[in-house]
Amino acid sequence: MKQFIAFVRKEFYHIFRDRRTMMMLLAMPVVQIILFGFAITTELKNINVAVLDPSNDVATQKIVERLGANEYFNVQCIVHSPQELEQALRRGEVDMAVVFSERFADNLYTGDARVQLVSDATDPNMATMQANYASSVIASVQQELLPPGVSVPMIVPDVKLLYNPQMKSAYNFVPGVMGLILMLICAMMTSISIVREKETGTMEILLVSPVRPLLIILAKAVPYFVLSFVNLITILLLSVYLLHVPVAGSLFWLIIVSLLFIFVSLALGLLISSVTRTQVAAMLASGLMLMMPTMVLSGMIFPVESMPVVLQVISDVLPARWYIQAVRKLMIEGVDISLVLKEVGILALMAVVLVTVSLKKFKNRLE
Amino acid sequence: MIKYLIEKEFKQLLRNTFLPKLIFIFPCMTMILLPWAANLEIRNIYLNVVDNDRSVISQRLVQKIAASTYFRMTGVPDSYDEALIAVEEGTADIILEIPHDFERSYLRGESPHVLIAANAVNGTKGGLGSSYLAAIINSYTEELRADTPTAAALSGMQARIGIDTQNLFNPHLNYKLYMVPALMVMLLTLLCGFLPALNIVSEKEIGTIEQINVTPVSKFTFILAKLLPYWIIGFLVLSICFLLAWLFYGIVPAGHLGVIYAFALLFVFTMSGMGLVISNYSATMQQSMFVMWFCLLILMLMSGLFTPIASMPGWAQSITYFNPLRYFVQVMRMVYLKGSGFADLLPQLWALLGFVLFFNIWAVRSYKKNS
Repeated sequence: MKQFIAFVRKEFYHIFRDRRTMMMLLAMPVVQIILFGFAITTELKNINVAVLDPSNDVATQKIVERLGANEYFNVQCIVHSPQELEQALRRGEVDMAVVFSERFADNLYTGDARVQLVSDATDPNMATMQANYASSVIASVQQELLPPGVSVPMIVPDVKLLYNPQMKSAYNFVPGVMGLILMLICAMMTSISIVREKETGTMEILLVSPVRPLLIILAKAVPYFVLSFVNLITILLLSVYLLHVPVAGSLFWLIIVSLLFIFVSLALGLLISSVTRTQVAAMLASGLMLMMPTMVLSGMIFPVESMPVVLQVISDVLPARWYIQAVRKLMIEGVDISLVLKEVGILALMAVVLVTVSLKKFKNRLE
Repeated sequence: MIKYLIEKEFKQLLRNTFLPKLIFIFPCMTMILLPWAANLEIRNIYLNVVDNDRSVISQRLVQKIAASTYFRMTGVPDSYDEALIAVEEGTADIILEIPHDFERSYLRGESPHVLIAANAVNGTKGGLGSSYLAAIINSYTEELRADTPTAAALSGMQARIGIDTQNLFNPHLNYKLYMVPALMVMLLTLLCGFLPALNIVSEKEIGTIEQINVTPVSKFTFILAKLLPYWIIGFLVLSICFLLAWLFYGIVPAGHLGVIYAFALLFVFTMSGMGLVISNYSATMQQSMFVMWFCLLILMLMSGLFTPIASMPGWAQSITYFNPLRYFVQVMRMVYLKGSGFADLLPQLWALLGFVLFFNIWAVRSYKKNS
C-alpha cells in the first residue's frame, strides 16, 4: 500500500510539474462552459431582411413596420430591383427578402395580394424558421386588417417550452460538455501518460520495481480520477451559478452516475494505452476515435434520432451517449433515478466489459 | 539543400505505419460518415396528442399532422399529465392539447386556442418542432376557411394575403449541402495545422532537432521543409474531398474550384503558421497536443461550422472575427452554394491574408535554434 501511495505521488508530481498542461486541464471546463453556455446557440435572432416593395401602400407599410418591430427581424434595406435583391442575398448582407406583389392594398380583398418570402437557404433550419416566423407576423397583420366588428375565427397555437422556457442552449450543452471533458481527461490523458513511459523507456524501469504491474497502472489512473472529479465539481458550480442551469434532480445520483462514467473512461484509456505504442498513435486513437465521435455522434450537438440507423448503432456503443442522456434526465428534466436505470445499467455493463478486456490485454513485460 | 530536407520528411512520413493510412482514411470517414451525423435536420419528432374534443374538426387536424413527414405519433393519452409522463420517459418530444369545445367555439366564430408543449432541453428540436406544428395548424386554419367560408369572406371584407416561400441557393433544404463544404475546412485544419506541429515537437522530444540545429540549415529553410509535405498532402486531401462530395452526395460547387483552391492555399498557410507557433512554445508532445485540442475546440465551435454565428451574442461575434476558420467556412459555403467569385469574397481575402502574415512572421521569429 505504501508503495502504491508513493507511485500515486510520483504521478501527481508529473502533472504538477507541467504547469501549462495542468492549467489547461483546469481551464478547459471553464472556457467550454462559457463558450457553450453563452456563445453556442442555434436560436434565431438578428435576421436581416431586405424589402422589395413596388406597391408601397398602407398594407405593405404596415407589414414592414410589424416585421421591423419584431424582436427577430431587422429591416436592413429597401431594394428597388430583383437584381439588387439577389446581389444582397448572394453577398450575405441579408438573410431573407420580403417581396410584395404590385398594387398590394387594392388586391387585398380579391386574393391577389401576394407576399414572397425569399430566404437564403444556405442553412436550411434557419431558412425554415425565419420563413415560419415571418408568415406568422404577416398572418397577424392580416387579422388586424379586418374592419372593426368583423371577426374571422382562427386556431391559435399557444406554444409552451417545457424545462427550458427561455430556450437557453446551455440546457442542452452542459450535459454534453460534461461528457466530453470527462472523456478527454480520463481516456486521453491516462493513455498518453502510460504510453509516454513506454516511449521514453521508463516503463522498463517501473516494471522491474517490486510493485505489481497492475498497481503501477492503477497509480497512473488515480491522479486523473481526482482531476476529473475536480473538473466535474467546477462544471457543476459554473453551470449552476454562472449559467443558471439548475440541478433539477438529485445531486447525489448525478455524482454517482458521473463517477461511473469516469470509471468507464479510465478503463477506455487503459485499453488504448495497451494497444498503442507511441504517444502520437495514442493521441490520434483517443482523439479521432473517441473525441470526434463523442462530439458528433453522442447527441451532444446533433440529435441521435435524426441519424441513419447505422450511425445510431455506432452511437449506442459510445459511453458518452448514455452518460449525456442520463445527465440530461437527472440534471435538466429532474426525473427520478428509476427512469434512468437503463442508462446506468448500460454504463455499468460497459465498465465491466472494458475493465475485463483491458486487464486481459495488459502485458507484464514489453516485447 | 531544401530538396534533401524535403526528401527526409517524405521518407519519415511514408515509413510511419500509421500516418499515411490516417491521411487517407480520415478524409474518407469525415466525408462519408460525418455528413449523416452532423445533421440538424429535424425529423421524426415524437408527438403525443391529447384530444379533449374528439370532434370532426379536431380529428381532421390530428390526421393532417400525422400525415406530415416531420412528426411521428407515438401516443394518444387521455390527459395532459399522462402526456407529460411520456415526455419524461422520452417517448414524446412534443404534446398537442386540443381543448374541450374546440369545434363549437370555432363554429361560433371565436378563435379557440390549442396548446403546444415542446420538450425544449434541445432548443433546436423544441423550437423547430413547435414552429413546424404551428405552421401546420396555420395552414389548417386556411383550409378550414376555404371549406366553410365565413361571413366576412362572403361579403368581401376579409383581407387575404397569399404567402409564397422561396428558398434560394439550397432549394431542397438539403442540410448536407450546408455541412459538407464546411467539414472540409475541419479536415484541412487538422491535417495542415496540427500534424506538422506534432512532427516538430516530436523531433524536439526525441532530441533529433539538435542535430538539425547544428547544421548550417537556416531556420526558414528548416520550417519550410517541414511544412511543404503537409501543404501537398492538404491539397491532395482537399481534392479527394471534392471527389467524394460529388460521388456520394452529388455536391459540386456552384462557383469555381479555382476560387476554393486559392483560398485554401491562404488558409493552409495560416493554419500551419498557427501550428508552428504552438510547437515553438511546447516542449513535449503531451503539452502540444493538449494546447492544440484546446485551440481546435474553440476555433471549431466559434467558426459557424456547427452553429450559426448570427445567433451568438455580440461579444462572441466579435471574437469570431479573429478566427481564421470563420472566414474559410464562409468562403467554402459561399462558393459551393451561392457560386460567389473573388469580387464577393474580398473581405475574407484580406482577413486571411492578414492571418497568413501574422502567424508566419510570429512562427519564424519565435523559432530559436539555440535554447
